[in-house]
Amino acid sequence: MLWTKKDLLGLEYLTAGEIELILATAESFKEVSTREIKKVPALRGKTAVNLFYEPSTRTRVSFEVAAKRLSADVINIATETSSVRKGETLIDTGKNIQALKADIIIMRHNCSGAANILARSLDISVVNAGDGWHEHPTQALLDIFTLKEKLGKIKGLNVAIVGDIAHSRVARSNIWGLTKLGAKVTLCAPEMLLPPGIEITGAKTSTNIDEVFQTASLKNYPHRHFEKHGHESFPAQLDYFKRFGITEERLAKAKKGIIVMHPGPINRGIEMSSGVADGESSVILEQVTNGIAIRMAVLFLVNQAREARR
Amino acid sequence: MKEKAKLLDQEGINRAITRIAHEIIEKNKGTAGLCIVGIRNRGVYIAQRISECIKKIEGTNIAAGALDITLYRDDLALASGQPLVRKTEIDFDINDKNLVLVDDVLYTGRTIRAALDALIDFGRPKSIQLAVLVDRGHRELPIRADFVGKNIPTSKKESVEVRLQESDGSDEVLIAEKE
Repeated sequence: MLWTKKDLLGLEYLTAGEIELILATAESFKEVSTREIKKVPALRGKTAVNLFYEPSTRTRVSFEVAAKRLSADVINIATETSSVRKGETLIDTGKNIQALKADIIIMRHNCSGAANILARSLDISVVNAGDGWHEHPTQALLDIFTLKEKLGKIKGLNVAIVGDIAHSRVARSNIWGLTKLGAKVTLCAPEMLLPPGIEITGAKTSTNIDEVFQTASLKNYPHRHFEKHGHESFPAQLDYFKRFGITEERLAKAKKGIIVMHPGPINRGIEMSSGVADGESSVILEQVTNGIAIRMAVLFLVNQAREARR
Repeated sequence: MKEKAKLLDQEGINRAITRIAHEIIEKNKGTAGLCIVGIRNRGVYIAQRISECIKKIEGTNIAAGALDITLYRDDLALASGQPLVRKTEIDFDINDKNLVLVDDVLYTGRTIRAALDALIDFGRPKSIQLAVLVDRGHRELPIRADFVGKNIPTSKKESVEVRLQESDGSDEVLIAEKE
């Protein structure tokens, strides 16, 4: 299996083989973070630019740590303090970064498809760190990596994704990735938070969480983006917790060995109880650790593919 | 690739490994403070065989590990095809150890240069010694082996192919002409 793409834009565009190659490469990179000297020279002399149009701490820091462990130089651009404020277009910003001889742009943007546009306009690599409601591929990859590590395989797994599916790029990337690798995905949310037409991805939908938990071997729990909308369109938070919140009682009735994942930040008491977030079934912090290995693998592969084109 | 000759068969490889094991023990005056690290892929299998041999002779287990040097290659940007990044597994402390580094073929010396850089990131061994199954010459860096299974004079047009039971299903060393 060869990796030939200079960009990583979404899991929708990858084959099962390409996803598996990223997972296998990440497995090798995981060891680097366990060393006393957590650094390898694979991207020495390369420059990675974190271009974030939306606030983000964990994803930006995770990419920064990953790039630095590969010996790349990292530059962070927060758009609030840049020329973007003066009305510079996305493509102009990208071309300026390319003219600085940077090698990789890691971008978070509030518009779906922004990374695709940037990648088409530039010769350097673009890694999508989340675009609108479209995709957040590295988050889904680290979720799948953690799942595989915990349960041994992806094929045939029953995965329930609970929460605000309609507004979640993490959910969409997970649906693409998991179904391509042969898992059965069930989306569980109040009717108004299930996007119409999502069935074309092969995922099933349900509004009854207790029913879904009877068969699911894990729940992936994309965050409800409460901060992103007026709350009017949402069921009252307490009501949501009652119907969909992950609690110890619900877990006790669920299938044995169920694991709970969440991309963070967690809304405790709305999405899940603190007892679950900090409990035995939770692998939330392992996801964070695995995120570094996944992002190292992605940066390494897109850089290799771009250099091979020259 | 045109096959020209078989340079070592299974018995030949076994004898070479047995001799290397004896030489390692002799040079290090036993197995105290000794550890062994193979370079992926085939160096790992040869290292395992050497450590089994040492166990038979001395009755002691020595720590064994595996090293992947892909991320340390000096031709990473030029590499044709795509080098697969494999796992490095060194789950013991290499500080103040006498470390034997093992590879199948010693050629330009660039792999060993990369391996030395990788090892130094893990600690500061007391010494690093190099064991190879085949030394085919044509060094491009000032590197030499401490233990050699077989010296084989070759031309740069030729390639030396080591096959091992663990990875290839048979034990043999072949020389072939590049076409």
